[in-house]
Parts: sequence; C-alpha cells; structure tokens
Amino acid sequence: MGRRPDGQPPFDADVVIAGGGNAALCAAIEAASLGARVLLLERAPEHMRGGNSRHTRNIRYLHDDRTAYVTGPYRREEFLDDLLRVGGGSANTPLGEMTIAESRRVPEWMAQQGVRWQQPLRGTLHLSRTNLFFLGGGKALVNTYYDRALRLGVRVCYDAAVTGFEDRGAAGCAVQVQIAGAARTIPCRALIVAAGGFEANIEWLARYWGDAARRFLVRGTPYNDGTMLAAMLERGAQPVGDPKGFHALAIDARSPRFDGGIVTRVDSLPFGIVVNIEGRRFYDEGEEIWPKRYAIWGGLVAAQPGQTAYSVFDAKSWGRFIPPAYPPYRAETIPALASQLELNREQFVATVEAFNRGAPAVRRIDMSTLDGSATSGVTPPKTNWASRLDTPPFFAFPVRPGITFTYLGVSVDAQTRVLTASGAPMPHVYAAGECMSGNILLRGYLGGFGLTIGTVSGRIAGREAASHALGRDAGARGGVAHVRA
Amino acid sequence: MYEPEFLREAQRQLGVCNACRYCEGFCAVFPALELRAEVASGDLTYLANLCHDCRDCYTACMFTPPHEFAVNIPKVLAEARVRTYEHYSRPRVAGLFRRSVAGTAAISAGGIVAVALLIAAFVGPGVLTAAHRGPGGFYAVAPWLAIIVPAIAVALYGAAVALLGAFEFARDIRGGAPPPDAPLRAPAARAVWQAALDAVTLRFLKGGGAGCYYPRERGSSRRRVLHHFVAGGFLAALVSTTLAAIEQDILGRMPPFPLLSLPVVFGVAGGVLLIAGTTGLLLLKARSETEPASSTMTAMDYAFLVLLDLVAITGMLLLILRDTRLMASALVVHFGLLVGLFVTAPYGKFVHFVYRYLSLVKYAAEERAERLAAAD
Repeated sequence: MGRRPDGQPPFDADVVIAGGGNAALCAAIEAASLGARVLLLERAPEHMRGGNSRHTRNIRYLHDDRTAYVTGPYRREEFLDDLLRVGGGSANTPLGEMTIAESRRVPEWMAQQGVRWQQPLRGTLHLSRTNLFFLGGGKALVNTYYDRALRLGVRVCYDAAVTGFEDRGAAGCAVQVQIAGAARTIPCRALIVAAGGFEANIEWLARYWGDAARRFLVRGTPYNDGTMLAAMLERGAQPVGDPKGFHALAIDARSPRFDGGIVTRVDSLPFGIVVNIEGRRFYDEGEEIWPKRYAIWGGLVAAQPGQTAYSVFDAKSWGRFIPPAYPPYRAETIPALASQLELNREQFVATVEAFNRGAPAVRRIDMSTLDGSATSGVTPPKTNWASRLDTPPFFAFPVRPGITFTYLGVSVDAQTRVLTASGAPMPHVYAAGECMSGNILLRGYLGGFGLTIGTVSGRIAGREAASHALGRDAGARGGVAHVRA
Repeated sequence: MYEPEFLREAQRQLGVCNACRYCEGFCAVFPALELRAEVASGDLTYLANLCHDCRDCYTACMFTPPHEFAVNIPKVLAEARVRTYEHYSRPRVAGLFRRSVAGTAAISAGGIVAVALLIAAFVGPGVLTAAHRGPGGFYAVAPWLAIIVPAIAVALYGAAVALLGAFEFARDIRGGAPPPDAPLRAPAARAVWQAALDAVTLRFLKGGGAGCYYPRERGSSRRRVLHHFVAGGFLAALVSTTLAAIEQDILGRMPPFPLLSLPVVFGVAGGVLLIAGTTGLLLLKARSETEPASSTMTAMDYAFLVLLDLVAITGMLLLILRDTRLMASALVVHFGLLVGLFVTAPYGKFVHFVYRYLSLVKYAAEERAERLAAAD
C-alpha cells in the first residue's frame, strides 16, 4: 500500500501529511474526502504506526445530555472552565473555545469513519461523564482510520521520516523525506505537519534538564523526536508553550525506555508514602484528590536524586488500585522490604517509623473524598489519607518520571496555518495535533483532550489544506463538501 | 496441568492486560480477568475457554511482538485450550490425534479400510460393486445391526468421555476470584440460560460490535455465520438420523427414503450447511494470520474441519449415487470417515463446546453477581 508496483513511493501530491497519528489521519481523511490527492508519510514502521494516539483510550467532547455512552451533560461553561483552570489558561483562548465548540460534532464524525464506542459494562460503572470511550483503545482507533483513509485513496508510506520542507512560492512547497534510508524531495501544494512533540528526543530534553533527562522514561512512541517541530521553528514559526514543559507521571522504574504506555502507571502513591533514594519523604502524598494530582508526580520525582523514588504501602491498600504490569516488591517487615530496595535503608526505616508515629491508625482510608486524615508532627505532612504502615506484608513500587508529551509547539491561526513571528502565516504549511496543542493547552492536563485537539485541528487542517491545494475557498468555513472535478 | 513456565508466561501477559484494560469491551475474557488480581491455574483454564479466538484484542494491542511486552493473548489462550482438551479428555491420549493432521487422517483412513474389510469378510466382496436398489438397499451392504451397535457404542463412549471431562473441568474452574463485595451466587438456572443465549448468538465473537478480525485487519461477521452453518448443519444431520430411525422402526418404512421425505430433506439441508460452513471456515483459516494462533490448535482445527467436510461431502455423494453401482463404495467411505469422526471427537476440536459452555455459565454468574453488586 502506498507504493507503486515498481516499489518506488509516489513523488507528488496535492497534500502531504507529515505524521501518522490521530491528527494526521483526521487531516488525511478530510483532505481526501474533498478530492485532494493525499500522501501520508508515517515515520514509524507499519506495526508501530499511529504515534502516541496508539496509547489513547477516550475523547473529551461537548454534550448537553447523557447518552448510552456518557453519564451526564458536559456543557460549554464547564468545559471552558476545566480548560482555563486545569490547563492553566490558553495562549489563544478563541482557538480553545473553537476547539470546544467543534468537539460537539466530533463523535458523530468519528462514527462515520467506522469508530465504535465501548458498550457500558456492568451498568454504567465504567462510563465517564465527560469522555467517550472508543472500543479497543487508541490502536483500534488508528487501525480504523488507516483503513478508512486507504479506502478514500490516501497513499501511505511507512518508514518515511520527513526531515524538512521548503517554500516554492506559487507552486506550493516541497518536503524532504527519508524513505527506507533513501532521501527524496516530494513537491506538493500544501503540507500538514502532524508529527507530535519532541518527548522522545532525550538530547533535546537534556538541554533543559541536563543529565536527569537521561533517566526519564518515555511513555509513548520512540519516533516523536521533534524533527518537524524543529524544522518549523527554524523556518521562523512563532513558538508557543513552555519549551521546558512536559507532562509526566511517576511510572514503574522497570518500564521499557520507550512505549510502555498505560500499563506502567503506578496508582499506589496516595495510599502510602513516597520516599526518594535517600530514604526520605519529599512531598505531601495526600495533597489533592487523585487522579487530579497524579500528573504532578512525574515532575516531583524528576527533581529527586537519581530521578527515582519508591511508593510504599501496606496490605490494607493492596488490591485497591489497578496494579501495574510489574509485580511489587513485597516483604513481611519494613527492614526486609528495605533490603530489596536500592535506597538508604537506615534512613528509610527511620522515615517509616517517624511517619507511623505521626499518622493515625486508619483501617480503610476513603479515597473518594479528601478525608482529612492527616499526620501531625511529620515533615512534610501528609494531609489526607494518612494511615500507619502497620499491616504486613509491605509493598513497594520503584518509580521514575515517565514523559507523556511536551508542550512546546508552533503558533497557528483558526485555519491551523502556521504563523511566523510577525503574525503572518507561513505559506502552504498547516499544523495539527500535539505540535500545535500548546496554543490551547498551555500546561496541565485534561484527560482525553489531546485527542480532541488533534481531531478538531486535524479535520480543519485537512479541509483547509485541500482547499488551498485545489485552489478553492476553504471548506472549513464554507462548510461545502467539494467534489474533485 | 500447565508446565510452570507456561503458566508464568500466561500470567505475565495477562498481568499486562489487567494493567491496561483497553480491550474490556470486546468480549468476556477481559471483564473476567479484571475480577482477578492474580491468575491461578484454574483461572487460566476458565479464561482460555471463554476466549472465542476473534483476535480483536491482538489487532488492538499496542504491546504485541516485537514490543518487549510481547503480548499475544489469542495465542497464549489457544495454547492453554489445547492443554485443556488434552487434560480433560480421558484417557489422555489426545496427543495422538492432534499432534498432526496426519493422525486424524490415519485414523479416518483406517476407518474406511476397516469398514471395507469387515463388509468384504462378513457380507462378501461382491456387494461392494453391485447396485442395491429398493427398500433396505443400504443394509444389503452393511447389515443394520452392524451399523447401529458400533455407532451407539462409539457415541456413548464419546458422551461418557465428555461428561467426565465436563465434571472435572467444572470443578477446577470453580472459585477463582469472585468480586469482593458481590452477593454470594446468582441463581444457577439463570446463568445456565444466559450462557445458552450467549452460545447460540456467539455473543463474544461479535467483538463488542467490531466483528471478528479474522482473517484480516477488518472486522466481519463471516466467522459467526459460518460457525452456525456448521453447528446448524450438524444438528440437521442429527435430526435427519433420528427421523430416519422413526420412519424405519416405528412407521416401518425402510430406507432409502424418497427425496421429499423428512429424513432426506433434513439430511440434504444439513449436508449443504456443513459443506458450506466447513469449507468457508477452512478458507478463512487459510487466509488468517498465523502470529496470533497456536500451531497445535490450528492443526486440530484443520483436522476437525476437513474431516467434517469430507463426512458431509460423502454423505451427499451417497444420496446422489444411491441407485448406482457406486453406492456401496460411497457408503464404505462415508461410514469409514464417520468412524474417524466419532473416534477422534472426544479428543479433538469437537469438544470445544463443552468447555466453552461451562465457562460461559461461570461468566454469566459472575456478570450477574457484579451487576447486582453495582446496583446496591
């Protein structure tokens, strides 16, 4: 697929898309639906296609009523409030508002492409109010989109790393690409960059984080090295978002360097204490309602010596959270547990003793509220869910920072055209997905919203780029489905 | 019943699934897994036989090889099912039948030769090439008692093996890990009924609506339809045989029966469905991916499907040729293949429905218990 019979990739297209995840595929489907000849260049081999979208599982969207798949309404005011509060404000609030407004129609569009929703299991226990779960998770989603795109005539090349692009004036532009090691230049009328952030580029991260970056784990695809993000910035795109900023969780330290995904997540942190390799606690484990706070722990652990910490809890908590894919360390006493861990053992035992002196004896902590069960005379305090570690066996998970995505992106306008420092659009170049999400989500995290941004921006980019390439008024604004003459 | 190394590997892979849970909408396996913090041997047996091998989870999994997590649930569960069939079918000679398609072929060929030799020895070689028309024509070749006694004996033997296996299986999958706060037990009758519905509709081969990603990377319901061609064809053939016995022994009409008689109509319907179903499933299997499959299970599948297909084809040939000199030869081959089918049945793929149904009953009970717990 995507190769001519002579084994050569196709050499020209109306719209070239750099990237192969959700935003790229949404763009490809929309552009091809408008009649553009679309070439999608996916950096990964076929079995790894889809970028970080492979690891997604649900999408946040605007809706006024409960449905069979969501338990209640999620209206504009609340959505916007979540974005501005949890997201720490938007660099471009109108773009954020537009994304929210557009998200209303996203599920219907996804279903038209063949995406299916997960049926509620066991009543509504597994449903969410704000997010829609698609059947089988992100790889199933990506598979559906590739299938759809190929049926629409989109040509797909795998192992195709786009390294740069150039402006060719009225003729359009050209992209430089390495396909299976061979360099090629492909002319096109419009380029959509949907190639993610730079979270898998350890050298780039090390610019801000020094050697600590070398001990970071990357939760997603190893292919997001930011090549196209850098190429756009080099050519004068206006950056947006904190270059140092990334979203990271505390994940199991034994995880693969890349692509461990959801199964490496450690959810035990608020149930007990978290100590660094010096054997000391370093932050209030009961600060706020989990899971709102779990995303701060990636950064907290990144600041600890060796970028490593241990989540320690006792038998009272075992079985109360989804276990990660790796078994915990386990022992009948705290000193015996300490002997299995690579930390300052004496200090660790002393830390647990001090914590136990200051913590109440609670049999079953209530994680559904801020229960106010706090330590006294312990530094730092644990302000909720504090309970003595007194019931063997004792458990520990080693954790390290696991990066999900970076915030740095390029500035875009409402048509997703990439903007230069002067505010003028870069000719022929559009951006969608993670590499422009910094316009909307400055910092912080809203579950399932990255996919919303990718879907909305990808669809707009696909329509705009196709209209630009075919020399027509933008389909996105006109709302007219053009058919190629 | 599992080698420790195999059990550990299955536990490792299912541990990854239990931390992920993205596949929980596809079928019963993952919701059942989520109720278990740890997977013991009996749990694995239960989960493996709940699996309908639709492969949707493999297609949707981010962690399949070459990812270092190397998760391949359809394969590891198929390998566990092979061990299930081997373990619960007594005596444990199953390896003989399933290690290769050749084993089943040899037994079936042996069946044909045995039938031919027995007829030649006791009835006389002449009947094999003569035409036998009119009432009782078949019995001129193979006397009635010589057909009915071995047939009943083999059927009873197979039923006994399956029943014994079912009892042991049900005992071994009992317990496990019920939901912690669930009411004790759902009424058994309800679970038995729900499981029957789940089996008849092949609910868990629907992939939660996505269809079955088999043979290729697009969902379809072909496999469900073809499976029921086979199951329906098999039942129709049983009905035909029963009706034939009633015609002969109660109504006193000797076969061959007219083309528009009930036994022939059911027999033809059964034969056509069986041929269409088994041939269709064989074609799907030939085009299916091999990565998510167990090679042993695949061999069992081929052996069973080919044999069933041949039994159906020779049955139809027997009907077509019943007034010619080739009838006796067709009868010998058909009966010989039936010997092969029934001798291998308790040890081959045929028994899958026994263990799957029992697992579905357990799942129906768990599902209901959880629903009740959630409603509280």
